[in-house]
Amino acid sequence: MTGFIGAESETLPLMITSDVVHARRRVRERAMAVGLDLVSQTKIVTAASELARNTVIYGGGGQLHIDVVTDDTSVRPRVGLRITFVDEGPGIADLDRAMTGGWSSGTGLGLGLPGSQRLVHEFDIASTPGQGTRITAVLWRRDP
Amino acid sequence: MSRVHIVQVGSVLVATLGDELDDESALGLQTDIGERVVRSRGAGVLLDISALDIVDSFICRVLGDTAKVVRVLGAEVAIVGMRPAVAITLVELGLPLDGVTTALTLDAGMAALTRIAAARKRGDASPRTGTLR
Repeated sequence: MTGFIGAESETLPLMITSDVVHARRRVRERAMAVGLDLVSQTKIVTAASELARNTVIYGGGGQLHIDVVTDDTSVRPRVGLRITFVDEGPGIADLDRAMTGGWSSGTGLGLGLPGSQRLVHEFDIASTPGQGTRITAVLWRRDP
Repeated sequence: MSRVHIVQVGSVLVATLGDELDDESALGLQTDIGERVVRSRGAGVLLDISALDIVDSFICRVLGDTAKVVRVLGAEVAIVGMRPAVAITLVELGLPLDGVTTALTLDAGMAALTRIAAARKRGDASPRTGTLR
């Protein structure tokens, strides 16, 4: 495990459910360090909790990468926090269905994916059945 | 690591959830509270979540299920102390905790339990705030 507070990039293991608690704590610390407001912190930590649990339970374990990202393409450069979840599990056969699954779908994936997408500014999912899943979420800092 | 603490205040059980609630502790909540409700013949339960800095879909479902268990046992329940940022995130997630009474503080929660119990005695069909599913 690399990474320390203030580091640009770090990787955390997501193998057992207690890793989800640790992942939440680190995402909170990094979100505070990058200057996200309290509601934004809560949103990205909640998304991280959903996605980390998916990685452990449905992905058969994997990793969380936390990065600080900048966007210089807009008029005003932006800073944000990016969380990337990678597993080499069974993958998601029907991504469209997973992304529209409702709370009461009872599929387990349930609200985790679409809910997480609503909580962040950018959300990208790539999954190959039999090879794994990679989900990236970014929340930009709201500058005054 | 972080356990759920349950204390009895009068006829009400106050369950305080720890700040780093893991999935196992969350699932244990239903069992622990169910047993305490029966043992204490408690009239009501307050689930104090003021220490929780997030509530995701899993924790939300456990809270909702715990509330249902308490009501099926014949006691009343309210969730108290939700942080504003948690409420905003829950609504955005699409998890408004339908059918579960919520209150800002422990005192308000106590008052809500009394109100619900009185309404139930009167035979009011929908004594709770929110929509019952």
